[in-house]
Amino acid sequence: MAEFTLPKNSKISKGKTFDAAKGAKRSKRLVVYRWDPDSGENPRTDTYNIDLDKCGPMVLDAIIHIKNEIDPTLTFRRSCREGICGSCAMNIGGTNTLACTVATESIKGDVNIYPLPHMEVCKDLVPDLSHFYAQYASIKPWMQTETPAPPDRERLQSKDDRLKLDGLYECILCACCSTSCPSYWWNSDRYLGPAILLQAYRWIIDSRDEATGERLDDLEDPFRLYRCHTIMNCARTCPKGLNPGKAIAEIKKLMVSRTI
Amino acid sequence: MNLQSDLAKVRGLGSAKEGTHHFWHQRLTAIALVPLSLWFIVSLICVMDAPHAQVVEWIKAPYVTALLIALTFVLLYHTKLGLQTVIEDYIHAEWLKLASIIGLNLGAWLCGLVSIVAILKISFGTN
Repeated sequence: MAEFTLPKNSKISKGKTFDAAKGAKRSKRLVVYRWDPDSGENPRTDTYNIDLDKCGPMVLDAIIHIKNEIDPTLTFRRSCREGICGSCAMNIGGTNTLACTVATESIKGDVNIYPLPHMEVCKDLVPDLSHFYAQYASIKPWMQTETPAPPDRERLQSKDDRLKLDGLYECILCACCSTSCPSYWWNSDRYLGPAILLQAYRWIIDSRDEATGERLDDLEDPFRLYRCHTIMNCARTCPKGLNPGKAIAEIKKLMVSRTI
Repeated sequence: MNLQSDLAKVRGLGSAKEGTHHFWHQRLTAIALVPLSLWFIVSLICVMDAPHAQVVEWIKAPYVTALLIALTFVLLYHTKLGLQTVIEDYIHAEWLKLASIIGLNLGAWLCGLVSIVAILKISFGTN
């Protein structure tokens, strides 16, 4: 059955408190999920009271400040710090988003930071995305053609056909949407989830691709595609402002249109 | 211990190559239920205070018999499609999922048959 409570070894206790905001004019409390696989202990939340004048404006700046100055054991992923790599996706203030694009002061009260929901945790804020990436590989995210490319130029695409990729190509596979989707929580072993289905649609709708039918065949499944019940958490949480729910609806429309 | 690769696990048994009919029929039955339900509710209000004989007479009208059978069929089909989705969403033990889906199908068919036989009995009955 679907699980509605945390298993015993995932119950979260209150951890340490670090006060690093003595004499600060602007301070903020960050409550951060911590779990160390080597300790054998349950997860806990550590509280860091930080001086906002000593770090940059974004939540990523704040947790880098914590790691550099307060607690070097804090573990998280980050890379580009400008919302294009998707590494720092985490649950901040109850919403999946990128730590590098959310201003710390935009969050009212304490800033609660957890890893992406319902994923296995490697350590602290680092979720295990192996299954998510395997799902991405399963939709063959590359152009499939039988017609060889023209010898002297690239494959041509009209401006109208190129426009169809807008709102799709911007996806950075941060997994914010998939891990916000209750259907993905309950059935991610078989349901591909919003991010991967948006990517699948990106190739289905590409006028240069010649495997549209095979791609639809691969998706036509009660679980792979049809677990989407238009809950729309995906569109609400996407830090890039995309709408995976719409992409999934478009796939369903194509499925119907090839049967009637 | 499962030593399969992540990709092998994701690919699993492959695509079922179905699901679209379920999705499409759920939408079609939902649309059909709007006029059918409205007609049924309005009709019930109209015959609410009528004596038994008059209600039986009303059911005997060919279009009423047909619409009642249509309503029964569409309603139970829609219910069956919807509940199957709920079962697939939330029940993960294979045996329980299979048993629930079999039970749901049998239950829906049985309810449908009994209802339709009842409607036809009234419609073709002499009293």
